[in-house]
Parts: sequence; C-alpha cells; structure tokens
Amino acid sequence: MTMSVSLLATAVVLCAVGGILMLTRPLTRILLGAVIAGNGINLLVLSSTGSAGAAPLLYGVPLRRVTDPLPQAIALTAIVITLATTAFLLAMAYRSYQLTGTDEVHDDLEDRRIFLRAEVLGERAELREEYRAEPGRTRKERARYRQERHRLRARLRADRALQARGRDAGGDLWHDVLGADPEDYVNDTHDDRGAAG
Amino acid sequence: MNALVPLPVLLPLCATGVSLAFGVRLARFQRFISVAVLTAVLALSVTLMIAADRQGPLSVHLGDFAPPLGITLVADRLSGLMLTVSSAVTLSVLVYSLGQGMADRDKETPVAVFHPAYLILVAGVSLTFVAGDLVNLYVGFEIMLVASFVLLTLGGTGPRIRAGSTYVIISLFSSMLFLTAIAMTYAATGTANFAQLAQRLPDLPLGVQTLVQAMLLTVFAIKAAVFPLAAWLPDSYPTAPAPVTAVFAGLLTKVGIYCMLRTETLLFPGNRLGDLLMAVALASMIVGILGAVAQTDLKRLFSFTLISHIGYMVFGIGLATREAYGGAIFYVAHHITVQTSLFLVAGLIERRGGTNELTRLGGMARSAPLLALLFFVPAMNFAGIPPFSGFIGKLGLMRAGVSDGGVWAWILVAGATVTSLLTLYVMAKIWNLAFWRTEPPGQAAYGTVLETADDSDDDEGPGPDRIPGTGDEGVGPAPAGRTVAATLQGQAVTTTVRPPRAMTAATAGAVVLGLAFTVLAGPLTAFTDRSAAELISRRPYVEEVLGP
Repeated sequence: MTMSVSLLATAVVLCAVGGILMLTRPLTRILLGAVIAGNGINLLVLSSTGSAGAAPLLYGVPLRRVTDPLPQAIALTAIVITLATTAFLLAMAYRSYQLTGTDEVHDDLEDRRIFLRAEVLGERAELREEYRAEPGRTRKERARYRQERHRLRARLRADRALQARGRDAGGDLWHDVLGADPEDYVNDTHDDRGAAG
Repeated sequence: MNALVPLPVLLPLCATGVSLAFGVRLARFQRFISVAVLTAVLALSVTLMIAADRQGPLSVHLGDFAPPLGITLVADRLSGLMLTVSSAVTLSVLVYSLGQGMADRDKETPVAVFHPAYLILVAGVSLTFVAGDLVNLYVGFEIMLVASFVLLTLGGTGPRIRAGSTYVIISLFSSMLFLTAIAMTYAATGTANFAQLAQRLPDLPLGVQTLVQAMLLTVFAIKAAVFPLAAWLPDSYPTAPAPVTAVFAGLLTKVGIYCMLRTETLLFPGNRLGDLLMAVALASMIVGILGAVAQTDLKRLFSFTLISHIGYMVFGIGLATREAYGGAIFYVAHHITVQTSLFLVAGLIERRGGTNELTRLGGMARSAPLLALLFFVPAMNFAGIPPFSGFIGKLGLMRAGVSDGGVWAWILVAGATVTSLLTLYVMAKIWNLAFWRTEPPGQAAYGTVLETADDSDDDEGPGPDRIPGTGDEGVGPAPAGRTVAATLQGQAVTTTVRPPRAMTAATAGAVVLGLAFTVLAGPLTAFTDRSAAELISRRPYVEEVLGP
C-alpha cells in the first residue's frame, strides 16, 4: 500500500499541536487542542485508504479504481461526533466561567490534600531541625516552637474539616473547598465537628 | 429471532425521540415511556441470552449488505448476559431516580433532560455489547459517552462542572486513541469487522499485531479504569447524583472490560500480553483498595473499591484460560449488580443522614434498620463472604489462577486474597462508623424527626403538586428531619425521615438481583463456562458472521 507522505506529515503536526494544547489548563485551549488533534486523527484515518483513486460513485467511474469509501465514512462519523463534543465542551467552559470567573480545570481533591500534607510535613521537619540545631533553649522559645507546631497541625485539621463539610449535603463544595483560603477557617472552630474524627 | 438483535439499541433511541418531543409537557408520559422501554429491553435481552445459549450466536447484517461492507450486529452468550444484567440494573436505577424525583422535579435540572439522556446511555451501552465491528464499537462508545457527559454535569452546578471537565477531557482523549487504533487496524488489514479481523490479523507481522493490541487495550483500560489509567474515576464519579453515579460505576467501566474480553479472545488469541495484564491487575487491586482505606467519604470510597475490583476481572482476562474467562464473566455480572446497589445505598444514606462523610454519620443501625440491612448484604457480597456470589466469583478466578500455576498467577492469587481481606476491612469500617456506633457528639440532630411531616405523599414518588424545597435543592438532599430554613419561596420545610419507598424498593431490587446470582450460581456458572468456551473456540462467532 502506498501512502501520501504529506497527508501523514500534516496529521502528525496537527496531532502534536493538539496534544500540546490539550495539556494546558484553560478549557478553551483544551477545546482547541481537541479540535485540532481530532482533525489530525481524521487525516490519519483517511490516509489508511492508501493512494487516492476516483470518487467512490456507483456509475461513471471504473469500479476497480475508486478510493476505498469506508475510511471516509469513518472520518465523517468522527467529524460529527467531534462537533457534538465541541459544542458540549464550549457550553461547559462557559458554565465554568460563569461560576468561577475562569475556565481552568481545577486540581483533584486528593492531589490538593496530598500537596497540603506534604507542605505541612516539610515545614514541620524544617522547624524541628531548626529547633534541635541549638541545644540551649529558653522556656519562651520552647513555647514558641510548640505554638508553631500547633499552628501547623491546626492547618491540616482545618483543611480536613473543610473537606468534610464540603461533603455535607448542604455545603457548597466549590466555594468551601476550592475557592476559599483555608486560613479563613482556622478560627472557625465552632462548626468544626469533622476535625474530631 | 435474529431480527431481535438490533432492538435493544433501537427501542431506547426511538423512545428518546418521543421523550424529547412530548416529555417537557407530559412528565408522567415521559416517565411511563422510560420505564416501559427499559422493561421491554430487559425482556428482549433475556430472550436474546436464552436464544444465543440454545442456538449459538445470532447476527444481523443491517441493510443486508454482506459482512465486510455493511454493519453487523452480533449477540452471542457473552453479549446476551451483559445485555441482561445491564438492562436489569438500568431499570432498577431508573425506578430509584423516579423515587428520588431527580428526573423532573429537581431545581438543578432546568429541562427534563434526564430521561432522554438516560435512554441514549442505555442505547449506547447496548450497541457496544452487540457491535460486530470496531467502527460500531466506537460509535457505541461515543453515544454512551455523550449521554454520560450530560448526566454527569446534570444541572451544571460547580462541583459537577469541575469533576465533569476531567471526565470529558479524558474521554475525548481515549476516543482519539481509539480512532487512531481503528485507522491502524484498517490500514493493516483492510477491514474493521471482528470476524474478518479474526481471520486476517494472524497473518500480520508480530510487531504490528502487538501494536494494535496494545493500542486497543489502552483505550479499553481507560474506560475500564485499570490502575495507571484510573486517576480520573474517583474524582469525577462521586459528584454526580446518586443514581447516575450508580449506573456509571456499575456499567460504564464494565463496558471497557467487555471490550477487553471480546478483543482479547476474538482478535488476539494466544495471550501475548497476559503478563502485562496481570501486572496491571495486581496494581489496580492493591492501589485501589489502599485508596479506599484512606477515604472517609462514602462515594469516593466506593469509587476506589470499584477500581480495585476491576483488577479481578483483568486478572481473569490476563490468565486467558477457559476457567479464567468463565470466572471473569461471572465476576463482571456479579460486580455490575453489587457495585450499583452499593452506590444506591450510598444515595439512601446521604438522604437519610444528610452527608456521605463517614466521620459525621453514626447510629444508623438503630435509626434505620432496613437501610442497615440493605447496606450489609451487598457489602458482605462485595467482600466475598462465602454464601454470596462475590465469594463464588473470587473462588472461580483463584482456582483458575492456581490451576494455571505460573509465577504471576500465584502472585495474583495472593494479591486477590489480600484485596479481598482489605475490602472486608473497608466494609467493616463503614459499618462501624455509619451504622454501629452511636452518633458522634453534636450529631444527634441527624436522622431525628423534628416535626412529623406528611409521609404519605412521599410514597407516591414525585408529583407536580409537591412543595418545592422538600430536600432536593443544593448539592444533595437536606438531612432527614432537619428544617430547611429558607428556600427560594421562603417556606420552612421539614424533610421526612423516610426516603421515598420507590428508592428503597429499587435498591432492594438491586440487592435481591445480587442475591439471585448466589441462588442461581449453578446454572450461571455453567452458562459462563459455556460462554468462555464459545469465546475461546471463536468458530461459532466467525461462522455466524461470515457463513461457514
């Protein structure tokens, strides 16, 4: 089977561009990436026919020389599906913009939790190292050290409470967990029931 | 009999049109259509399964074009079983959602889009089960996916959009990969028909074969949420409404497993990537269940157990013996039902306790004994406690592993045992936290009736005359017995303590279906064994499509 190199090269370039765009955060860019990469893959499907022949019509062309119509049908189907998905993504990007002011894809909750944990643990280790580096300590410094550790622990707990509250049926996950700064909630202990568990 | 094969796809599609045309005005009619059509699909699926068991695979060439040209739909034993289980599950979830009133009364759903989207989802799933060629499989996937996008982001609330965007992007990516794989296959063999591919693929160079196989497996592994490709699942499923999560968790991942089973047996016999499959199966099991151990949110926890138990089925596919395929098929049927019922129970718990957060639940064994029972039975089933079908499925797979006797097989048997124990641990943790212990301090308000509201109109399911604000606004329902102070209309409403009877009944139906697998285990394992034999021999399928 012979294949057009230019078709293949175009497909590769389109897929690469689309792939890079799909790795970004804003939904609109991802959308553009999906459209471009989708076109690249459609070209790939078309190139699977091999060398081009006459149009695949029933009359007026010699039957042995027509292009294979099946990849064209597949590509057409794919185009229609891409259209529908593009429309949906557009609507979703717009809705995301309406709700939050950006159309960026947000972090996974687990990622956020692990990230915060790692950050707090790192800070604590640093603190301990600093504390242990010098042997003689006044009571005041010890108290400060304990207070710092307390603050770190409170931060973790506050975030956990936040997530727990976010899962309550009434709570708005979006604002409580993702939008607001956990620092805002540190002193808000009266509703901190999740922290106990 | 062959003419029945396209009907599980066509009926829901036609019903979607009717539902869209009349549904906005006639909500009652729309509900009737959905229930009637899904019942019909269930009856059809059972008929197809029995017919395929009696007389071998059924096929239909649409438009009477000969196989390489036209669209071919095939229903063999495996397809029949998958159709039956999936339609039973979708029907029970539909009844549940009617009970919840999510379909048409919910303020988050501006148009009555739930029923049409749900029917399209059913059509897409059915199409993947009967598709006889790669292109139709792709189309079936896409139908299913687009419907699932709509259902997942129902109402377009913040969390759902956030979770939905991950899901949509991942799905888009996997569709592109699938299309690329189809292009490769077509370029290499000149056909997309499964039966013809089965004949032509062995003639290809080994490298090309492996490439095509790896591409297809990657696509299906994304759908099935096998470990390295599963990160999207626990984040995107839990935010959807409970019935939607239940049907997604039950069905959509298993569609991926079905496709793996089909392609591994029909197109790529000889099990070249078996070791790789077993390695990812092990990773799925262990990583998934450890993720579940770390969770305190019920729906997220169940999502992780879902990933973990996908590992069992991939294990069966990786072993690739008749026993193993039989075990995997049995496990798929069992897992669809049990996972769905667990998510339905999670919805009931959320409704009853006002939250899915385990640290804030408690004392439900006393305040809601029926709910406790409904959780306990599928939980034990899921963990694989002896009389239940989970035990039978796991036993079948482990026996296949032991009789295979390879190093990987033994490692996998050990991994499966550990996973099973950890599943039991997770289920016991849920039981202890949500049901067995007394309410945590300050939580007594949950689940107690402050003011006896009129229970009776809850039982009839959603009616147009219900007061808005009785618990379905916001991200989820208000906790039972709590007064919702200010709704949009400024009315104070006390929610009833009992979930609508239809919800409980539908959950009970799913649980009973799971129990039926235990009672009917003898005939069912015989059936899955025959089905595995048919998959391995390949001849019935190929001869039915291409002629002897």
